[in-house]
Amino acid sequence: MSSREQSIPPTTRRVSFDLLASEIAVLFRRRRTIAMLVAIALIPILLAVAVALSSQQLAPGEGPPFLDRVSQNGLFVGFTAMLVGIPLFLPLTVGVVAGDTIAGEAGQGTLRYLLTAPAGRMRLLLVKFAGAVAWALAATLTLMLTGLIIGSVLFSIGPVTLLSGDVISLGESLVRMGLVALYVSVSLIGLSAVGLFISTLTDVPVGAMAATVVVSIVSQILGTIPQLSWMHPYLLTHYWLDFADILRNPIEWSSFGSNAILQLAYVGIFGALAYGRFASKSIVS
Amino acid sequence: MTELAIATRDLTRRFGSQTAVDRVSLAVPRGSVFGFLGPNGSGKTTTIRMLLGLIEPTAGESSVLGESMPDSWRSVLPRVGALVEGPAFYPFLSGTANLRRLDAADRDSDRRTRLARVSDALARVGLSHAENKPVKAYSLGMKQRLGLANAMLRPRDLLVLDEPTNGLDPQGTREVRSLIRSFAADGTTVFVSSHLLAEVEQLCTHAAVMSAGAIVAQGTLDELRGPDATTVVVLTPDRALAHDVLLKAGLTPDPATPVDGVRAHLDRSRGGADDLVAALVAAGVRVRGFSLEEPSLEDRFVALTGEGFDVVA
Repeated sequence: MSSREQSIPPTTRRVSFDLLASEIAVLFRRRRTIAMLVAIALIPILLAVAVALSSQQLAPGEGPPFLDRVSQNGLFVGFTAMLVGIPLFLPLTVGVVAGDTIAGEAGQGTLRYLLTAPAGRMRLLLVKFAGAVAWALAATLTLMLTGLIIGSVLFSIGPVTLLSGDVISLGESLVRMGLVALYVSVSLIGLSAVGLFISTLTDVPVGAMAATVVVSIVSQILGTIPQLSWMHPYLLTHYWLDFADILRNPIEWSSFGSNAILQLAYVGIFGALAYGRFASKSIVS
Repeated sequence: MTELAIATRDLTRRFGSQTAVDRVSLAVPRGSVFGFLGPNGSGKTTTIRMLLGLIEPTAGESSVLGESMPDSWRSVLPRVGALVEGPAFYPFLSGTANLRRLDAADRDSDRRTRLARVSDALARVGLSHAENKPVKAYSLGMKQRLGLANAMLRPRDLLVLDEPTNGLDPQGTREVRSLIRSFAADGTTVFVSSHLLAEVEQLCTHAAVMSAGAIVAQGTLDELRGPDATTVVVLTPDRALAHDVLLKAGLTPDPATPVDGVRAHLDRSRGGADDLVAALVAAGVRVRGFSLEEPSLEDRFVALTGEGFDVVA
């Protein structure tokens, strides 16, 4: 027996990213995740195809913002698709991923095996949150890249005329597209943290997913009520549509900064709530 | 404390007003195969979850492999292989991928040997042929084996197996039992919960019996069977006479006496059964038959836990 004990290395404090790698691999191997990426890619594709098939010229300002410019410059497909996707579809997918984090493992019964492995509760939460952030990045990049590809296939692409009237080169435009994707990803991490917290409250993943989506919708509704304007700056969704500031020259960074600070505050608050809940949670699933 | 693989003192867990586990004090010696018996719903799984740090006890203390749980989970749990309330896996991942993920969750496990260890564990439970199939295509028995493979991904000092033969066919059950014996032969302590008496009787060196949240008996199997529970059965037409002889010899006649004889309980501390027949014959009892009934664990456990105990093997 003693030889057996000696064969087990003493507990080390080394940092291991194996669980994170596993989490991301499992996330992106799921058919559900692939289906959501396909659905996200369909947003710019449908939009571009609709514009390409339609002979009707939109007056400037008609339809979603930027839509009137799509036929002149394919690069606008991505921006328009992002505006279409941010209010509902992207938060819906974030709700699915973030709501599933803990509740999904609990409902499936794998949570008890992860914790007895032992994964460690703090570490598991961090890995799950990192997975949700990876999803937000993958979702926005998929949307942007598909927009770029379909836009360049169906329309001509070239230097972009910004909201400020300046014209930027194609290369600079691609950088701006990346920045918009990043802006929207950052916009979604607060919601990811909310979803993570909700996910620690239940063993029913669908409930956590739905609740997370409801949070984003309620937040957007509150944001439209002028009588509640005092709370608007603190709403999770307050800066969601302000990524257009990336399309000014020079770039208007203040909304990016305010958004990042707001999202980090949500991450801090709901991350702490999630840990407080999860650290002492009885795992009976 | 160190000679005990698991030691708990007054471990208690309440859920609301219901007490699921009531002052459980377990002493599981190192190297033993310890059967944890009790009817369904008697609190076995809740106790196991507390031992593994999944549930915080309401009161009491527990130590596993000499260290306090749940505080020392980080050093204790890597040395413990566990199967808790049935296997659970990612249905869309293969058996291999599932084990690799669970091994990756253990931050002390060695990535370089991971594939080899996963493959060895799968071979040991006879799942090599299905290692690349998604788990959703596995039968319940195969999932159960995969759960056991997960418990043996690393050399362990303690295996905690909750109902390990649940859902297995007779061959699978035999294989699991022989696996458990092979672990024990390696010196691993095995803590196995079951509601099947025959299983515990075949496998275990020690056992504890749980009923309604409390431990009602604990010890080696011989201790549990009880020293004084041998029953003497005399078949004779001279029932009254035989009754008197047995009483005089220090036995306790059983009121539930058969029509054609006498039953009596023998207290081993007051002598054996060897001279009883001679005494009966000398007293003029016409002995047609004489037999000794050793108690089975089953009788003992039914007595301890009451009827309704699931004793079907």
